[in-house]
Amino acid sequence: MRGDVPGCEVRVPGTLEEALDGLHREPGQWRPLAGGTDLMVPFAAGRLADTRFLSLHRLADLRAVELTDAGLVLGALVTYAQVRQHPGILAQWPNLVSSAQATGAVAIQNRGTLGGNLVNASPAADTPPSLLAYGAQVELSSVRGARWVDYADFHTGYKRTVMAPDELLTRIRVPAAGPGFHFFRKVGTRAAQAVAKVCLAAYARVEAGVVREFRVGLGSLAPVPARARATEAVILGAPVAGLAVRLGARAREALLADISPVDDLRSTANYRRTVAGNVLVQALGELEAELGGR
Amino acid sequence: MTGARIPLTLTVNGRRHELEAYPMARLLDVLRDDLGLTGTKEGCGEGECGACSVLMNGEVVNSCLVPAIQAQGAELRTIEGLAGDGEALSPLQAAFVACNGAQCGFCTPGMVMASVDLLARSPHPDEARIRTGLAGNICRCTGYGKIIDAVARAAAEERP
Repeated sequence: MRGDVPGCEVRVPGTLEEALDGLHREPGQWRPLAGGTDLMVPFAAGRLADTRFLSLHRLADLRAVELTDAGLVLGALVTYAQVRQHPGILAQWPNLVSSAQATGAVAIQNRGTLGGNLVNASPAADTPPSLLAYGAQVELSSVRGARWVDYADFHTGYKRTVMAPDELLTRIRVPAAGPGFHFFRKVGTRAAQAVAKVCLAAYARVEAGVVREFRVGLGSLAPVPARARATEAVILGAPVAGLAVRLGARAREALLADISPVDDLRSTANYRRTVAGNVLVQALGELEAELGGR
Repeated sequence: MTGARIPLTLTVNGRRHELEAYPMARLLDVLRDDLGLTGTKEGCGEGECGACSVLMNGEVVNSCLVPAIQAQGAELRTIEGLAGDGEALSPLQAAFVACNGAQCGFCTPGMVMASVDLLARSPHPDEARIRTGLAGNICRCTGYGKIIDAVARAAAEERP
């Protein structure tokens, strides 16, 4: 343990208003702390600059899961375990359950939060690809009020986001998905406790045999969790029959424009480019097999 | 305010403790250093290995990743809380012994606590379920086969 434990100060707001007020009075001075599964690692290693923390664990309202006709609203403190175990989420947004199951293992899933996963802003996190595929939005709150931001616009660069220093990510909204095609694939060293080498989530809706909605979210393939917009454009409006054979190569080519993978300790850029293309073609094949008859 | 310890109330293995701790102290260190419960081990210290697994409010957690202040008022269960006051091991612990589910033993307290959590949720797990339940616990002796046997045996006999 190399973190400066005695040198730290922690505030525990009892309400959201109190938390936002604290952030407003001294913007950027208090690091919000949710489940701790990310922050405690660099802290214990003595690699975290922050010494003042705003522990959010009393903000029970932010643990709520709300299902409505319009979709799903998740409080920022909802854990992976909550998502994993929620039958309503599994029924409509199975990629979210796959993401939650792919994150760490049981003990991490019990503590880690979705809001923390997004604000930590790792390009390799496992929930962002699914949230991107479902067109999610995030609510950023401050004493000035709350604003909703498309999650696809949330990350602005490596570990950078649109959040102001006095803002807190409070809720995540996922639109109703309806019947469609859901795909999630994480490629890592092992199924549990691994950071993704490549992660790809997709959602598609097919009407009268034509792909009318298609979104792809990517992890570990760019400095930020990213939408594969060039790839999506190739597939949108295409007949689903014969999709993989007709458009597989073009989609693969387009994906190369969507990604900018790097060599790092977990993998190489070359491996990531190849495997991301393979996973995309797999997704297109499954889309065709599942919805080709519609 | 910097440097102040806070009063901390924890119920560990059914016994209530009132102590003082730094708010960002790791629950792992509070258990080991302040309460002398050294059955809980530190392996990696970064939530990868599961050696520090304990139950907090009925859920398995990595105690190396829980700041003390977030454990305020919590009900905790550690490896010391499984056996009775005498020598009697819990059925799960006995199954680990019977199946040779421990080699060097360092991962064992964490394996056992993760198994307690698993069997509480899933009393009759198949092998895949056991593997998922213990996926966050690493055994560097690589004795996974016998650990899985032990959990299956405990499940077949009775609840831990």
